Amino acid sequence: MMNKFSLLGKGGASLFFLLCLFFPLLANNQYQVALMTNIFILALATLGLNLITGYTGQLNLAHGSFMAIGAYTVALLMVKGGWPFWPALLVAVLFTGMLGALLGTVALRLKDHYFAIFTMSLGVIILLILEKWDSLTEGHNGIFGIEPPEGFGLIDFHQILPQYYLALVMLLIGLLVMWRITLSLLGRTFIAIRNSEPLAQAIGINTMRAKLLSFTLSTCYGGLAGGLYSGIVRFVDPSLANIAFTFDMITFMLVGGIGLLFGPIVGCVLLMWLVQSLQFLQEYRMLIFGPILIILVIYFPHGLMGYLHLRRMRRLTRQPSSNATATTKV
Amino acid sequence: MILFIQQILNGLTLGSIYSLVALGLTLVYGIMHIPNFAHGAFYMMGGFVAYSLMTKAGVPYWPAILCAAAVSAVIAMVSERLVFRALENALPLHHMIAAIGILLFLEALAHAIWGAEFHRMPTPYTGSVTLAGLSLPTQRILIIVSAFVLMVALNLFLRKTLLGTAILAMAQNREGAFLMGIDANKISLLTFAIAGALAAVAAALFAPINLIYPTMGELVIMKAFVIIILGGMGSISGAIVGGLIIGMAEALAGFYVSSDYKDLIAFAVLVLILALRPEGLFTKGMR
Repeated sequence: MMNKFSLLGKGGASLFFLLCLFFPLLANNQYQVALMTNIFILALATLGLNLITGYTGQLNLAHGSFMAIGAYTVALLMVKGGWPFWPALLVAVLFTGMLGALLGTVALRLKDHYFAIFTMSLGVIILLILEKWDSLTEGHNGIFGIEPPEGFGLIDFHQILPQYYLALVMLLIGLLVMWRITLSLLGRTFIAIRNSEPLAQAIGINTMRAKLLSFTLSTCYGGLAGGLYSGIVRFVDPSLANIAFTFDMITFMLVGGIGLLFGPIVGCVLLMWLVQSLQFLQEYRMLIFGPILIILVIYFPHGLMGYLHLRRMRRLTRQPSSNATATTKV
Repeated sequence: MILFIQQILNGLTLGSIYSLVALGLTLVYGIMHIPNFAHGAFYMMGGFVAYSLMTKAGVPYWPAILCAAAVSAVIAMVSERLVFRALENALPLHHMIAAIGILLFLEALAHAIWGAEFHRMPTPYTGSVTLAGLSLPTQRILIIVSAFVLMVALNLFLRKTLLGTAILAMAQNREGAFLMGIDANKISLLTFAIAGALAAVAAALFAPINLIYPTMGELVIMKAFVIIILGGMGSISGAIVGGLIIGMAEALAGFYVSSDYKDLIAFAVLVLILALRPEGLFTKGMR
């Protein structure tokens, strides 16, 4: 179905990356560049959530908590263990993935709402542990003074611009890997499970193994995004593990287009800038954002990318001569 | 021993509140299969409305609770009418996002009207009853008794009245209920109204021994989800029993184990039970 690389077409994707590449030149101030850096990190995490929830159809409400695990792993190794950033990041990804595999083994035996509420509970437990285990995590205060990643040669990650490109490169790598996954047999297996788990089972798919792989990979994305967050924001606190943050990511995914490669990124960029432009309303911005969210869900149920995709499909079916190749290539 | 009995009383108080919130959640789930995260916001609005009526307008406690129930019922009905009905054929995930939209909106609304501070609600029942050497705070007794009365009343309504049986019928078999001429729209509205009212009453009863603030519903609604999963989604007796179990577990573990981690109990219980019994505690072959 709607699982192909580019729904905007190759042109749209290239334009998007050119814009990202030159964004720092177009930006009015450093703040916007820093904001965009944050958006890339969020998008990287949401990409992972999209794998398990969008492609595989399992609503994981603990994704933010897994990101927090990655962030705290880097923060603790660097601040309390004196590690350099890069090995800490690697350990963060591996540790989050291992934890994901372990918890996934138990959680994925459950289906639908049971899985969702189970993961919600896991998320709350992780949040409460981060909040209450003062001696390790410094509780509500969070961990300060995380050093930025060590630079290479002339690149110094103390500055905003290199941080921006670091986040962009990480997002691109994440996107590329996700593209390969979703195009592969494995990706099709995930989609088969989303569409009907009994059917997938009937055609000989080991659904538990596939779901576990999808869940583990998605938590690795969470761990990577979290570790990167630690290195760039240089401060972590338990709020990352709050379910509200996972809700944010679900919203990005749904508004952009769930189960579509570019959905999470488009949703993330769009909504973060929307919230930002409502900033003048301060704490009242949710008065506007809440209803906008509801309207989007009612009128654009497939998200923005899904809407564009459907329109394109309709156009293509009106020209029967080209549709046979076009629909499989878009 | 006295301490133990006091903890049992605390557990019953908490459990009564959780049961009331979980009842509304499970009713809505039974009828419409919506995991309604906005339910926590109905709870919060109920608390705030009762608080304002008492402190600003000088309305007595019980009428204030009734008004709060009415306001939350109306909010719930409006959300059903404007949001959930428009999503009738959508995926469960879309319902959840829409519910989150309502939650964010209502929390921002409460924030705009009442501010982010914590408020404490006054209560006319500040004393305590001494019974066989035990001193029992009146408000807690009141919570338990009111919750019990409400549960009995709800049960009677559901089983003895035509409207109530229509709700049960729709929860059991949607198509069958339609064939019997039940108006689905009317029943969904009614169910949402009952759920909103129950949540508001729970909040207004609990507020004098707790605090009122815009995000007060979040932890409660998450625990209510845990309860209805344990009790079997859509099951009414499951919600009551589950609420009492979680309330008791929280009070006892909070006292004897660690008060720091008392909010963790409900979630740990769910994780443990579902890890050992993936089909849930009281479920009838449904997952």
